Amino acid sequence: MTNAPRLFNEVLLEAKNISLFFGGVKALSGVTFDIRKGEIRAIIGPNGAGKTSMLNVINGFYHPQEGTIRYKGEMRRAMRPHRAARQGIARTFQNVALFKGMSTLDNIMTGRLIRMRSNLLFQALYWGPNQREEIKHREFCEQIIDFLEIQAIRKTPVGRLPYGLQKRVELARALAMEPDLLLLDEPMAGMNVEEKEDMCRFVLDVNEQLGTTIALIEHDMGVVMDISDRVVVLDYGRKLADGTPDEVRSDQRVIDAYLGVSH
Amino acid sequence: MFYREAGQFKSTYAKDQAIFPIKQDKLGVLAIFLFALLVVPFFASTYWLNSILVPFLVFAMAAIGLNILTGYCGQVSLGTGGFMACGAFFTFKLTTAFPEINIVLIILMAGFGTALVGIAFGLPSLRIKGFYLAIATLAAQFFLIWMFTQNPWWTNYNPAGVITAPPRALFGDFYITGALATPLNKYLFLLCFVAVMALVAKNLVRSAVGRAWMAVRDMDIAAEIIGIRPMFAKLSAFAISSFYIGIAGALWAFMYTASVEALAFEVTRSFQVLFMIIIGGLGSILGSFLGAAFIVLLPILLSNAPALLGIRMSTDMIAHLEFMIFGALIILFLILEPHGLARLWQLAKEKLRRWPFPY
Amino acid sequence: MNTRMLTGWGFGVPGTIILIGLIFQLVTQVDSTFYFAWGYYFEILIAGLLQGVMYSLVALGFVLIFKASGVFNFAQGSMVLFAALTMVGLMEWGLHWALAFAATGAVMVLLAISIERVVLRPLVNQPHIILFMATIGIFYLLDGIGQTMWGSELKSLDIGIPRNSVEILENVFEGGILINRYDLVVAAIGAVMVAVLAVFFHKTRIGRALRAVADDHQAALSVGIPLKSIWVVVWTVAGLVALVAGIAWGGKLGVQFTLALIALKALPVLILGGLTSIPGAIVGGLIIGAGEQVSEIFLGHFIGSAIQSWFAYVLAMVFLLIRPEGLFGEKIIERV
Repeated sequence: MTNAPRLFNEVLLEAKNISLFFGGVKALSGVTFDIRKGEIRAIIGPNGAGKTSMLNVINGFYHPQEGTIRYKGEMRRAMRPHRAARQGIARTFQNVALFKGMSTLDNIMTGRLIRMRSNLLFQALYWGPNQREEIKHREFCEQIIDFLEIQAIRKTPVGRLPYGLQKRVELARALAMEPDLLLLDEPMAGMNVEEKEDMCRFVLDVNEQLGTTIALIEHDMGVVMDISDRVVVLDYGRKLADGTPDEVRSDQRVIDAYLGVSH
Repeated sequence: MFYREAGQFKSTYAKDQAIFPIKQDKLGVLAIFLFALLVVPFFASTYWLNSILVPFLVFAMAAIGLNILTGYCGQVSLGTGGFMACGAFFTFKLTTAFPEINIVLIILMAGFGTALVGIAFGLPSLRIKGFYLAIATLAAQFFLIWMFTQNPWWTNYNPAGVITAPPRALFGDFYITGALATPLNKYLFLLCFVAVMALVAKNLVRSAVGRAWMAVRDMDIAAEIIGIRPMFAKLSAFAISSFYIGIAGALWAFMYTASVEALAFEVTRSFQVLFMIIIGGLGSILGSFLGAAFIVLLPILLSNAPALLGIRMSTDMIAHLEFMIFGALIILFLILEPHGLARLWQLAKEKLRRWPFPY
Repeated sequence: MNTRMLTGWGFGVPGTIILIGLIFQLVTQVDSTFYFAWGYYFEILIAGLLQGVMYSLVALGFVLIFKASGVFNFAQGSMVLFAALTMVGLMEWGLHWALAFAATGAVMVLLAISIERVVLRPLVNQPHIILFMATIGIFYLLDGIGQTMWGSELKSLDIGIPRNSVEILENVFEGGILINRYDLVVAAIGAVMVAVLAVFFHKTRIGRALRAVADDHQAALSVGIPLKSIWVVVWTVAGLVALVAGIAWGGKLGVQFTLALIALKALPVLILGGLTSIPGAIVGGLIIGAGEQVSEIFLGHFIGSAIQSWFAYVLAMVFLLIRPEGLFGEKIIERV
């Protein structure tokens, strides 16, 4: 984006001094950063820098040994991922994690499960509130299907889809949750140029039209610099730099980490 | 030629979400049900009713139950026999204690009781998966059978450790258990009962809870991250599955064998039901019926075929042959078609849809 | 195994045994119908441990296959039965037991090859649970074949191991402790087998390859380890272990179908020990064997007899809730 940087003031999620160990291995040490409401926040860094671990901490899959997370103004204790999901955190995965035995539509419908209320009895009869609810959520999913242009594969089992489309279905499933914070773990990995362009367009559209806050991990620097508002750089589990794409790009430590330093 | 969906446009989501979106399917299933209800009773001999149709329906019920747990929710269970025993013994205790309550209600109550037992033995599934869980369910199997054989209270102190179905009527003098029940009565009752229960199961698996089960089955970690509570998904699968299996056990004891001991629900029974769903199709209600039919019919075929061909075989030999053929079929199905007979049927339909002009 | 673990076990195990004995001792104060004597307690304990060795023999086969191929071989029990049936059948033809042993060994090799060809190869890369169910298929197939070929009546298998009991420690406990010589010999054979397997795994080239395969199939393939022949080797070794277990069990109980079901008892042993650990299989077997015997005699007094049928499974289940990876299993770190 060449236009002037967008400004965001309201902090949605604040991670403070996060440290995470696996036995003796330090995956994250003292990482502090925030995600502000409405922005696109990129997390970058070399392989093994702790980016995915950071996302896992944010959505409650890993519990950091040290540090605190404040989400929507509230301190968060250790929680299970499904609680995080119910509080509006959705994510996609580095290696596509779709439900392979189900159709595209059913996969997206699982994203609506947290909003389904009808009880087992009505589900058993498939009648009354349950049927109304199924139709209401189906309509919502159909909007997402239209939005991501995957109408044609609605009833295809996802296991049969090519990789690029699987990534798109995964995004659709995350969007079906109507998240406040969307975590994308390498949404464009392994894609060709056109697929990447499509995906960029979708990410920007989601951010602009739905107002969803997005935190993404990506290796393609061109993409990162183009679409993100602010970038945080991790290396060996520590924070190297934090700022707008331009600031990060010119940061000497970042350049060293990526290009290597001659000693 | 006759099986086409061309021209059947769905204009509402409700129609698209129907169990049988294609008209021919709907009519076909209805026709089979009506045939079984109205025509079969006039032709079926007592042998057919007692030894083929009744056990088929009972097993179909058990297979639906196990399929909910294993096929839909992905939790392998080897405790089916134990849960069937629960249903049978609970029903016996309840109906002898409260003879005035309608037997159907009693059976449903026994089902709920079994569901509670299922939840208790499903608790380990929250921490362990896969084969570990399969072994933990063996604990249920052996413990429950031990409990029913060890405690004479369960059989009302019958010296042989056997429970015998007392005469109970569905209404008036339409007896469905005990000496007064005719095979036809049993069959008609089972047919309607199992059809309703199958419909309920189908509704569940295409609703929210069914999708939660399948999500846990396909990738439990991702399921939790999109907000599915693993505890609720797994324990509800255990509860509903045990509910069905418990009812199947009650039907087995009261309508098929009429008098039964706990050892009838040994671990081999668990394997038998597991085979039904593997052969019939994991994650398919239709497959549960196909698998049950297959497992009921194969031994009958095996014991009759040699005689027809003029070969004499000992019953021992037939039992061993049965073992071998089951084993070989399981392996064959897993290699060639892990989704079982149900998938073969679906493929056949896809072919038929285009027949006779495949392009 | 570090020293901390060794001292832990060194004090923990005798400590637990004595503690349980003391509890029983206390119970006799409350309930006069309950019989307890230290000599009797140790006799049962030792009988249980020896029984446990026999469970370990079966469990060992599971572990070998699981380590090398990730397949949970439910059919190990029927391999035990099949081997024992074949051996008895050959001996009934008049073969000397050593010859019959060698011939049965050859049959087990053939069996391993055909399982790899017919079952494993087509199912490569399938989810583990599918392979698990396939081995249930093998379970039935083998039972069927074995019994069709050799009949299903109870047969005795005798290769000349003495069966009388010996009495030890007469001067420590009143009446001494009776130990069955047969069980002792079997335990010794088990110990030798474990030693041989340990050497095989750690000192030979093929053992190293096996361990590599167990770590990562793809990586092992990429450094040129022939996966298929490795699998044949593992299944062969597991088959031979099954043969030894079959002789041990068959000699004790006679050879018939129930052998295959007794082998199911090896499953809780595995859970206790961890699916990938050979020492785990041994220790797990000992714990299950001893726990089962002791609880049958002493707990059975309160909750009814025949609790042997489920005690091992419930023990394993409770244990799983506390430590899902088993005593010696590797800790599972989940990733996304």
